Amino acid sequence: MDAPYAIEMVNITKRFPGIIANDNITLQLRRGEIHALLGENGAGKSTLMSVLFGLYQAEEGVIKKDGKEVKINDPNDANDLGIGMVHQHFKLVQCFTVLENIILGVESTKGGLLQMDEAREKVLALSDKYGLQVDPDAKIEDITVGMQQRTEILKMLYRDNEILIFDEPTAVLTPQEIEELMEIMRNLRAEGKSILFITHKLNEIKAVADRVSVLRRGKYIGTVDVADTSKEEMSRMMVGRDVNMVVEKEPAKTGDTILKIEDMTVASKVHSNNAVKDVSLEVKEGEIVCIAGIDGNGQTEFVYGLTGMEPLVSGKITLCGKDISNASIRSRSKEMSHIPEDRHKHGLVLDYPLEYNMILQRYYQPQFTSGAGFLKRKEIREYSEKLEAEYDVRSGQGPVTIARSMSGGNQQKAIIAREVDKDHKLLVAVQPTRGLDVGAIEGVHKQLIAERDNGRAVLLVSLELEEVMNVPDRILVMYEGEIVGELDPKKTTVEELGLYMAGAKRNVGAEKAERKEEA
Amino acid sequence: MEEKKSLIKNPSFQAILTSVVCIILGLLIGYIVLLIINPVGAGEAIKTIILNFLTRASSMARAKALGNTLAKTAPLLMCALSICFCYKVGLFNIGAPGQYEAGACIGLYAALAWNCNWIVCLLLAAVAGALVGSISGFLKAYRNVNEVISGIMLNWIILYLTNMILTRVKDPTSPYTMKLSSKNSGALIPSAGLEALFAHNKTVTLAIPLSILFAVLIWVILNKTKFGYELKATGFNKEAAKYAGMKEKQNIIVTLAIGGALAGVGAAFLFLTGYQEWSTTQSSVPVMGFNGIAATFLGGLHPIGTIFASFFIQSITDGGALIDKSVYPSQISELISSIIIYLCGFVLFFKYALNNWIRKKETREISKVDGKVIDTAAAGKEGGDK
Repeated sequence: MDAPYAIEMVNITKRFPGIIANDNITLQLRRGEIHALLGENGAGKSTLMSVLFGLYQAEEGVIKKDGKEVKINDPNDANDLGIGMVHQHFKLVQCFTVLENIILGVESTKGGLLQMDEAREKVLALSDKYGLQVDPDAKIEDITVGMQQRTEILKMLYRDNEILIFDEPTAVLTPQEIEELMEIMRNLRAEGKSILFITHKLNEIKAVADRVSVLRRGKYIGTVDVADTSKEEMSRMMVGRDVNMVVEKEPAKTGDTILKIEDMTVASKVHSNNAVKDVSLEVKEGEIVCIAGIDGNGQTEFVYGLTGMEPLVSGKITLCGKDISNASIRSRSKEMSHIPEDRHKHGLVLDYPLEYNMILQRYYQPQFTSGAGFLKRKEIREYSEKLEAEYDVRSGQGPVTIARSMSGGNQQKAIIAREVDKDHKLLVAVQPTRGLDVGAIEGVHKQLIAERDNGRAVLLVSLELEEVMNVPDRILVMYEGEIVGELDPKKTTVEELGLYMAGAKRNVGAEKAERKEEA
Repeated sequence: MEEKKSLIKNPSFQAILTSVVCIILGLLIGYIVLLIINPVGAGEAIKTIILNFLTRASSMARAKALGNTLAKTAPLLMCALSICFCYKVGLFNIGAPGQYEAGACIGLYAALAWNCNWIVCLLLAAVAGALVGSISGFLKAYRNVNEVISGIMLNWIILYLTNMILTRVKDPTSPYTMKLSSKNSGALIPSAGLEALFAHNKTVTLAIPLSILFAVLIWVILNKTKFGYELKATGFNKEAAKYAGMKEKQNIIVTLAIGGALAGVGAAFLFLTGYQEWSTTQSSVPVMGFNGIAATFLGGLHPIGTIFASFFIQSITDGGALIDKSVYPSQISELISSIIIYLCGFVLFFKYALNNWIRKKETREISKVDGKVIDTAAAGKEGGDK
């Protein structure tokens, strides 16, 4: 008898100390369908996929392939069963070519020598069949993220995998590239492949998936046909309550210019070109300006230059009327708060208790340090308790909790509390909602808008399209280190934004570029 | 049950427990080695190592021997503090022996060539150690040279530099530097009456209480001050320190300079007591600095714990020297104490193993409890379905 399911995970339970990551979860993937797995961060999606991939062993439950029970003890077993995965962070060798990456681990050899021609033919045939345009001889480090992803897909197809897992594949793509990926996924389905599509983006599920299974806090909520359900319904299943998907805000009441950047250029750490080129912009009090763009277009270096983490090559930064182009990080921080992109690398000292992290920017001030250089422990404890209460930062043991042991959402809340509570005129928020769940994202957005309404200038750097469209009052698009577009979020569309992000359109600095050419 | 569990999770208790386990294991392996070499005297020998000064016949001799051990504990403690302090800031100061050499070099040279008094000699030794430490610090901060590499290389450079310089103040008939007691007794650290407690052992000096004072001072700096807050933040996460506007490069140099000063003072605490003289022909890096590493880890990376760990390590080293040389070859004392000291370095490993064990046990217990709950729930459901 031919079983209807390509792969079945029945009543899977996986526990970790203090938490049940997967609590009696059942997932059934039909042959030739695109099945979305939806859930917030920490809902148990990754754990479930790791069980399927043999990285973890479930305490209870069985996995069935074509109706027959199978044991998957390690990723090799998964591979033998025809299960392949495109990870969120690609597993590619940077200095190898596309072709070399595809055959890596399954090379065909003759007398110890690689047989590349055969492999090349197969790759080209596959690439043709599924519309996966790649250049087999290009090195990974030289090609776009989209092409890297296609390489990952070809890797699975080259191994004749029948069950394809895509782990949040659209996070790194432009809207146009996302559209292409959707088309590829439809092609794969047409050829009879079964696809598991892990995501928390409802639009994409609507666009491409046949059915969707929802997880919430390790529990299985249900599986529904995408055609019969609405986005609101899916988000309710995912979060467990109604979520306000539109950010509510009044029109901005702008005042004086707080931040003025003129022709700022910042060097790159990875290549000899400048990462940020002649960027000029202004942020006024009472407005949120968002720098949008695809990851890796100079946003990180832009923030480093602005906050003093890296020196400027040239240009001028004026904050509250003062030239801070060469000022130290400490002196900039008197007027500027900074929610850093990487909260583990920069935002927190993970091995310090929460209370010490709460004073990270202010520990030297008389409020926390006596004249003789001793820390005022009581004041620090009280201040931390105050911030925890005001900003709803939850932790196991309050101020003495080691920051490392806190959840990502609460770590981020602690950073936001610290940066917002400190005196500042400008708030630089870099991807403040990265890795947070829908409920927490809502909270962060409210906080940003409250900042704005309190007369602060807010500079938001974001990669999330939804955030870019909903939160700011003005959008500046950064492409290859330059500001290429200024858009009004109320008047633009995601499609138009995508064209700017991909460098296909520009409305800022075009004349300047021409002027330079003339000169 | 609950209390016992929380006790075993208590970090201080864990530190002490793992240190004790290391000591016992070290002694056990030392004993086995002794058994293999010569089973007849093994029990006696291991007893001698453990008891050290207590094996002496008279109470006077015991007091004198204890005094000797204490006199050598002070410099060891300073080296251990040097390594402990740097370790807390995320730096592994394996260059402590080199900084120690520099302290000995300048301390002794100031005493013998310039006739300085002991306070000046001590300060100069600290400065010399700090300078050597800051070389590693500078290279680390501005050139990203690993402090372990530059430290080890400096250990040798400074050793021969010291031999060269101190040859100018050496005794004409031996390779050792001149005796302070005859050349410049003002450079000897005063005993302040302490010698009376140890059968007039003249090497028992203020150095001992001073070194303990330094341990307390280091603890206070690290845990109670703004300076310590900055240094530890830099050690835990250099990038976050930079983000918070701390001068992380400067902090690295200052840390290694302080570590160097501590080791330099450590050398002064040995050579300015007249306990021994510097041999200008020595061709190995002084073991004091390296034993400091073991003392640091055995002391649970805590300045106060380091006090006891230093005493223990010095005591077994001295005890090892008392082993009956008619039964065992003369290298045995060094061998056995090295084995024990080596095992002392395993403290962190044992701590890791202990925590792993606790976690595993908890997981098992959780699964047991949850398993039952889920089973009954499932059973109830099935019953209902039927």
